Amino acid sequence: MEKRVSFNHRLLPYLLLLPQLAVTAVFFFWPAAQALYQSVLQPDPFGFDNRFVGLSNFQYILSDRYYLEAFGTTAIFSSLVTFISMATALFLAVAADQVIRGANAYKTLIIWPYAVAPAVAGVMWIFMMQPSIGVIAYYMKVAGFRWNPTLDGTHAMALVVLASAWKQISYNFLFFLAGLQAIPRSLIEAAAIDGAGRWLRFRTIIFPLLSPTTFFLLVVNIAYAFFETFGVIHTMTSGGPGRSTTTLVYKVYADGFVGQDLGSSAAQSVILMAVVSLLTIVQFRYIERRVHY
Amino acid sequence: MVERRGIGTILTHLALILGVAVLCFPIYLAFVGSTLSHDEILSVPMPLWPGGQMVENYSQALAAGTQVPVARMLFNSMVMAIGIAAGKIIISILSAYAIVYFRFPFRMLAFWAIFMTLMLPVEVRIVPTYEVAASLGMLNSYSGLILPLIASATATFLYRQFFLTVPEELAEAARVDGAGPVRFFKDILLPLSRTNTAALFVILFIYGWNQYLWPLLVTTRPEMNTVVIGLQQMMPSADDYGNWPVTMAAAILAILPPVAVVVFMQRLFIKGLIESEK
Repeated sequence: MEKRVSFNHRLLPYLLLLPQLAVTAVFFFWPAAQALYQSVLQPDPFGFDNRFVGLSNFQYILSDRYYLEAFGTTAIFSSLVTFISMATALFLAVAADQVIRGANAYKTLIIWPYAVAPAVAGVMWIFMMQPSIGVIAYYMKVAGFRWNPTLDGTHAMALVVLASAWKQISYNFLFFLAGLQAIPRSLIEAAAIDGAGRWLRFRTIIFPLLSPTTFFLLVVNIAYAFFETFGVIHTMTSGGPGRSTTTLVYKVYADGFVGQDLGSSAAQSVILMAVVSLLTIVQFRYIERRVHY
Repeated sequence: MVERRGIGTILTHLALILGVAVLCFPIYLAFVGSTLSHDEILSVPMPLWPGGQMVENYSQALAAGTQVPVARMLFNSMVMAIGIAAGKIIISILSAYAIVYFRFPFRMLAFWAIFMTLMLPVEVRIVPTYEVAASLGMLNSYSGLILPLIASATATFLYRQFFLTVPEELAEAARVDGAGPVRFFKDILLPLSRTNTAALFVILFIYGWNQYLWPLLVTTRPEMNTVVIGLQQMMPSADDYGNWPVTMAAAILAILPPVAVVVFMQRLFIKGLIESEK
């Protein structure tokens, strides 16, 4: 991974690195160290002094019913978002891969919602689903369904899951389509000549060959559901009603900025860092594997 | 494809049309909402066809908004998105150049210090990052909106991968011809990376435009809000009727620049998206 020819210059490389290292030090290492440091401190009730408390912040949050609840909420939320958006995207990608007429138009129409920010997606879905003015909410009422996301936690969860999954479909579609187009046509044609129908071909040839893409998207989607959906949740439900849509990232925000409980919030940040590191390691190992075969 | 005719192809088209319709419906409805009058939007069920208030709603949103004119917030978003994209590209291309083309003490240390940031998104270290920005007096400023978000290594990684594919002979030839490192960078490497840079710019622009949590914390004065944050504040709460038509006009305005980028620079967008994830 090194260039044979390299320039010799005493000062220049450091000058070139300086901007990025400076930004990284100030806005990455300093805050990360701060989080680690604060996670073992407890401010006294008057805010004059910090006391070293070891791991008791961790002990506290890990035995906190609400924190464990947020873990559960995040698990449900992330699996639903990941599954719904990947399944829909795969379905659309398989269909778009088969058509010839209008293929580009379909592709453009499916990828452009990528540009919608998660928070804007939240506002648009609220507009559609709010019990008082929402069009979809109205038709659900007509159909006899008592839809009330402002009071019913399950409905609120359904709402944030749908909006978050919707926003991610375009992204997944693009990668699935690229994956599908990389599968050699001759394999599919050979199977067709042997008499395999569409479903059999998908199940035994296409889906297994797509597995690197699927696995990659799985990691990306979990990371998306963990971190980037904050905007959706904040605009749509603010974690409510009654904490039913409070995910881990939302709780870091709520405890740190609304509740001002810095020790607990810092400890939660540290736990989240561990979760992300784990996801990254999984992703890197997988990339390594993909490079080798 | 294998089966060219028959019912299957028609079904495929039907499925795609249905999928596109479902996918586009929320945006379509927001557009319809932005063209209706206040009374039309409150009538239940609201019409599903655009009304005649488009010009009024959009000009009210742009010029007045509900607290701050949307035009002002669009400007803030534009500064932030371009700042993030340009800033990240500049610091990344320079540091990748240093890491790939120079031998110097602490090179690997610098490499790892930068690549550590690949692991932790800003959401995870949000509270301490906020404290750092506050203690540097960066709240309610463009530098506060931009700088913390460019502390990430994705672009550096990309440039490093690209530089490693550039043939060695180019650098050799440049050296033989007496070109120094600055000259080589400016006249050879920079032009070679043009497409990559453009693709990266497109992705980073959308990334910057769509930021939410960070601008929410850093901007407390309404006139520094980005349009995505401002939109959340314009949204009527559950128990008042607010001004949905103007809010929806703001929503459409908020997605217009990134949508234009995706639609009109589709090739670069797809290239950028797929490469930045490799």
